[in-house]
Amino acid sequence: MKILKLFFIIFFIFSLNNLEANTDDMKIKITKNLRCLICQGQSVYDSDSEFANSMKVLVDKKLKEGLSENQIYDFFKEKYGQWILYDPELNKNTYILWLLPILIFLIGGAIVVKNFKIRK
Amino acid sequence: MNNKVLKISTIAIFIIIFIVFYKALQDTNIYTPKKNSNNEIPLFSANLFYSNKQINSSELFKLDQFYLLNIWSSWCVPCRTEHPLLMDLNKNKKIEIIGLNYKDKKNNAENFLNELGNPYQEIIFDKEGINAIEWGAFGVPESFLINDGMIIKKYIGPLNKELVEEIQLLIK
Repeated sequence: MKILKLFFIIFFIFSLNNLEANTDDMKIKITKNLRCLICQGQSVYDSDSEFANSMKVLVDKKLKEGLSENQIYDFFKEKYGQWILYDPELNKNTYILWLLPILIFLIGGAIVVKNFKIRK
Repeated sequence: MNNKVLKISTIAIFIIIFIVFYKALQDTNIYTPKKNSNNEIPLFSANLFYSNKQINSSELFKLDQFYLLNIWSSWCVPCRTEHPLLMDLNKNKKIEIIGLNYKDKKNNAENFLNELGNPYQEIIFDKEGINAIEWGAFGVPESFLINDGMIIKKYIGPLNKELVEEIQLLIK
């Protein structure tokens, strides 16, 4: 019985530890995708400015409140606009950015295939 | 025939790329925040500077009243230059000035107010800078003109005489 208790305690501590590690990973992931608006080309994660440090604290707070990654992005987007995100979403301002590489790839592929067939 | 198609598609791709780059390079790459906004004030809870009491945004900002939320700090040099203007603005009874003390030490902030005067009806103590982010602020000083629970104008950087005159006109 004692061993069983000990096992449960160890299991509980490990799962808590794992939970904390997951939150930390998520915090790093989110802050790496948020732009430090007052820095030159740095993410919130990379920057040590007052602004970035406050953002880090707030991301941590929101994660502890149980908000998901996307909910946190939405929160910052509402405050600072789409520019705060490094990974732009597909919308009317960014559709060229997303679709052009695919379009070029398809056209280029078609040209290559056609040329290959001609040579054959 | 096939050669013609190849030439036309290559030229078309280059034209598309040229247009995209031309359009993108026309836009400035420097981030310029929106100054005119019609956003509702954020919902937040914060600690008051003197009483340390926790308060909600709805308790702080009543409807049918003009407010100026001013983000300030004792270590911020431009805050010193705008402070006398806030003292002047405080004489106008149509507006209440709420201070948001940003990442400051309480002693230093108190000394700052003792030296230059206190134009604030209430002061929020934002030790970690979280409340400032909730307001969508970039740093200090920054001010938000509020009416009916809406942010009607945002002033990034220190206020000057012209801007204070503009505020006086807006609240008339």
